[in-house]
Amino acid sequence: MSGITRRKALGVAAGGAAGLVAAGAAHAAVQQAEPPAHGAQGATAAPGSFDEVYKGRRIQGGRTHDGGHGGGHHGGHGAGYTVRIDGEELHVMRNADGTWISVINHYEPQATPKALARAAVTELQGAALVPLALG
Amino acid sequence: MTVRKNQAQLTADEKRRFVNALLALKRNGQYDSFVTTHNAFIMSDTDNGDRVGHRSPSFLPWHRRFLIQFERALQSVDPSVALPYWDWTADRTTVSSLWAADFLGGTGRARDGQVMDGPFAAASGGWTVNVRVDGRTFLRRALGSGGRQLPTKAEVESVLAMPAYDAPPWNSSSDGFRNHLEGWRGVNLHNRVHVWVGGQMATGVSPNDPVFWLHHAFIDRLWSEWQRRHPDSPYLPAAGTPHVVDLRDTMRPWNDVTPADMLDHRPYYTYDTAA
Repeated sequence: MSGITRRKALGVAAGGAAGLVAAGAAHAAVQQAEPPAHGAQGATAAPGSFDEVYKGRRIQGGRTHDGGHGGGHHGGHGAGYTVRIDGEELHVMRNADGTWISVINHYEPQATPKALARAAVTELQGAALVPLALG
Repeated sequence: MTVRKNQAQLTADEKRRFVNALLALKRNGQYDSFVTTHNAFIMSDTDNGDRVGHRSPSFLPWHRRFLIQFERALQSVDPSVALPYWDWTADRTTVSSLWAADFLGGTGRARDGQVMDGPFAAASGGWTVNVRVDGRTFLRRALGSGGRQLPTKAEVESVLAMPAYDAPPWNSSSDGFRNHLEGWRGVNLHNRVHVWVGGQMATGVSPNDPVFWLHHAFIDRLWSEWQRRHPDSPYLPAAGTPHVVDLRDTMRPWNDVTPADMLDHRPYYTYDTAA
């Protein structure tokens, strides 16, 4: 996982309290290392995967071949990209300019799925995601 | 005739009747069905696929129809009630009367964002958040958190000056009035207000906060104001656009109403002052 590689590179111990502080301090550097996934041509290929502990919660993201949502939903909103928080899927959507939103932060685009997952963790304040219910 | 008024001008009795009608719709289950509908569209409207309620030209007529339906539900409880609008260019602080305990209640407490006063606080017992994206069942807000600011009059003016209603590719990357009002591009009006309120208002289940209706009633009024300033600018696109609601296409979920049917609000309601 690229996230783990980055953590090792940054000397951050995943999950530890000291590591979380360091992760916060390293946040800007990590974001620098991840330019927004859009350029002159707009949205490009889906971003890479990540897997890290953020504020005590496991956040994961990566390409999926079923369009996300457990394959039962044919929206393809995340362009085949799935984000999970503690194993529960977060509904995400990619905007035309390559930015991302989720059902938790729906009106404030983020540059990357990882930034989106982190924003959702902050907003959740420890609460669990409710499993996706696509009426 | 329904007259929509600025929330700041409501009498104590008008506030009480509006709040009681909201609580009645919550009790009989109708309120939550509106939240469910909104979230379904929020999650299915996409920039490159079918889009009806958001990030598309029909953002404005769709929400106009959605608000009319909600207003009629309120009136089935109390025929005297009309949706008020919140002019956030004028009432832009957390001490506005909008957020007083006799109306919507205030911001959430720091620990968990929970709204602690007013008729919609969890402690009141009448406002459980059932249609939700996480485990929390209490109404939450974080008004103006992170030093965020509501849009200014000048920013609204800059968007009202835009002559074209919408433009290809008819989504969140479009130029034109609709997308700048919606906020995916430019100074950001509508989206920014959702974020400024925070809590459920920042999520796909934003109608859980009653301020949703007052916010959208003002967005709806700004559409009317734009029409008044640009009488020769039509709704776009006119016809034949894939994934997008053209002028005379019907809109889900009603399937019996088109943007053309929604261009003039006057058959449905008027305003307290000229928009």
